[in-house]
Amino acid sequence: MTRVIRFADPLPIASAVLMGVALWLIFVWVPTETNQGAVQRILYFHVPIAWGSMLGIFIVSGSSFMYLWKKNEKWDRLAVASAEVGVVFGGLMLLTGMIWARPVWAVWWTGEAKLTTALILFFIYIAYLMFRAYFPPGAQRQRLAAIIGLIGAIDTPIIYFAANLWAQAHPPIITGPAADSESSLGSDLGLVLLTATVAFTFLFIHLVQSRYNIRKAEDDIVELKRASGTKMARAGRSS
Amino acid sequence: MVTTAARFAIEARSIIKNFGDTAVLRGLDLSIPPGEVTVLVGANGTGKSTLLRILATLTKADSGSASVVGIDLAENGPLVRGLTGSVLHAPMLYSDMTVRENLMFFAALYRLSNVDDLIERFANKVGIESRLDDRVRTLSHGFQKRVALARALMHEPRILLLDEPESGLDAVSVGRLDDLIDEYRSSGRTVLMTTHVVEHGLEIADRAVVLTGGVVVLESTSPALDRASILAEYSPTRESTTKRDRRP
Amino acid sequence: MRDSLAVVWSIGRKDLLLEVRNKEIIVAIAGFALLVLVIFTFAVDLNQANARLVGPGVLWAAVAFAGIVGLNRAFALEVEGNTLEGLMLAPISRDLIYLGKALGIFLFLAVALMVVLPVFAVLFNLIVFRWEMLAISFLTIIGFSAVGTLFAAMSVRVRAREVMLPLLFLPVVTPLIMTAVESTAHLVNGRSWSDMSQWLQLAVAFDVVFLVVSAFIFQHILED
Repeated sequence: MTRVIRFADPLPIASAVLMGVALWLIFVWVPTETNQGAVQRILYFHVPIAWGSMLGIFIVSGSSFMYLWKKNEKWDRLAVASAEVGVVFGGLMLLTGMIWARPVWAVWWTGEAKLTTALILFFIYIAYLMFRAYFPPGAQRQRLAAIIGLIGAIDTPIIYFAANLWAQAHPPIITGPAADSESSLGSDLGLVLLTATVAFTFLFIHLVQSRYNIRKAEDDIVELKRASGTKMARAGRSS
Repeated sequence: MVTTAARFAIEARSIIKNFGDTAVLRGLDLSIPPGEVTVLVGANGTGKSTLLRILATLTKADSGSASVVGIDLAENGPLVRGLTGSVLHAPMLYSDMTVRENLMFFAALYRLSNVDDLIERFANKVGIESRLDDRVRTLSHGFQKRVALARALMHEPRILLLDEPESGLDAVSVGRLDDLIDEYRSSGRTVLMTTHVVEHGLEIADRAVVLTGGVVVLESTSPALDRASILAEYSPTRESTTKRDRRP
Repeated sequence: MRDSLAVVWSIGRKDLLLEVRNKEIIVAIAGFALLVLVIFTFAVDLNQANARLVGPGVLWAAVAFAGIVGLNRAFALEVEGNTLEGLMLAPISRDLIYLGKALGIFLFLAVALMVVLPVFAVLFNLIVFRWEMLAISFLTIIGFSAVGTLFAAMSVRVRAREVMLPLLFLPVVTPLIMTAVESTAHLVNGRSWSDMSQWLQLAVAFDVVFLVVSAFIFQHILED
């Protein structure tokens, strides 16, 4: 039997411990924000998760670029691993954001620039993953996926600029308690956010790493299959 | 503008090409001197077509390098394509344009001048002059193949890549094709071809290259004489493998 | 340079010639866009205020969706006869193939728009025939062709290419759709150049960026 969890791995342990501390800080230690009430606590998840999804997009574009440049498989693995984790984080970011916005802004969704940009980017990276799933395997799939990753990165500032202009023309409807007051928390907020962000960053890296390793194992299997095919062919039995 | 000092008309170095988990070319090396007709022999799936497609710059090798008259494919694709003429499996013609329109269009891409004369001349050469103003859709497969051949020849390439060029051609056209290949050889140009009529291919070729499992397992400079051993080597049902396994 | 332009034009002209014979792409684009417009006249109560409000959005959504249909068709045609490989055999760099195909798509969209715009003006009872509209349309369909040609070439070998193309195309061109909708809204509300200048600048930036990037990247797409 192989051990599924390697207890020597520091990253998941650090992530778990920090996550525990963060949960304690969020639900026990930090006082309730006076204007928004208990729902404000979801921000302590929302912000780190959003950070994780941004990190994901950043790594996808970076490693897509590196793959096109260096043609080294490891960049492709890194790109797809962080795209998958990034999309999960992105989905959670949108969800937690909406849950927070409904009581605080009085709407589930609005045409605010950051929201629009996040949503469109989420769709671009969904398309990235779907493309990988649909396209026949091989070097071309990796090349084309890298191109999509890169296009997404190039498009990001343009989307944000457009979303900003759009939001100016159609001011987002925000009427809830967040509209008219400063936070009552001050520096407490910063400490909790920082802890949660570090915890989620560790989690993110751990997930990407695991996904990367699985990907590597898959590639190794393909390599073995090719090699055994070569053996068969050399033995003159391949048609 | 073109370097002519190259020793080989076509050179391939450790070409690897995989499609998913099937390896098609497994580190293939090949050097073909100019002025020769080389026939690639091998069972289905041994990578003959893939090799031609790589040399025609339609497919990228996963690793390895290839050059045509000393010019690297990856470095100067357009120049290499200008020196190469290819007839591969599909005729690659627009079926709703006439033969003449197709040839004129491709002549424009090849930046040829005196296009009308060229088209007449090569249409006569491959025997399509009577159908020049018919739409490609109305032509039989054999005729389309001849149009494709005319397209590949129009720019007087120094290297001709042919993937089973005789398929779909009648006996007369095959004879014409042989003449054409002869003409190419005598003018010092190079032909690399596959054929599904192996025996015939071995008769007209100066050199035979046998592919098995994505590598070259045998090269012969007198294919007509080595016929027996070539056929034995290429036959997919053959049992003995010891000799071949020693080759890199 | 002159040579390159001649090659690009040859490819575009070839697409036009085929289109004159088949009428597959322009009819698909225009027909699809018109149907979307007509269906929206039932979906929304089109009094003058509503028409101004939703008209621009409906118009450009229709054009974007119809454009996808045309793009799919345009590349399916090149792949069915393996003619894309014929283009790839020619001694030209791949960016010229890209520009030639993009030019063809641009011309198809332009012709389709000439049909769609008058019908839009009639159905939605809006005045769109002003110089500004020419600029808006021009910039928008350049961007559509630039991005669309790239993604259509990428998805043409995918199993579900009809699904894949819109999934790739629409999110990436959202800035352009916003531009087109907002500028057209300014226009039907009787405002002028200065109000839409920021949007038009954005469209110009989008077009330039994606034309250059796509032309540069196209060589990686064609060879399998």
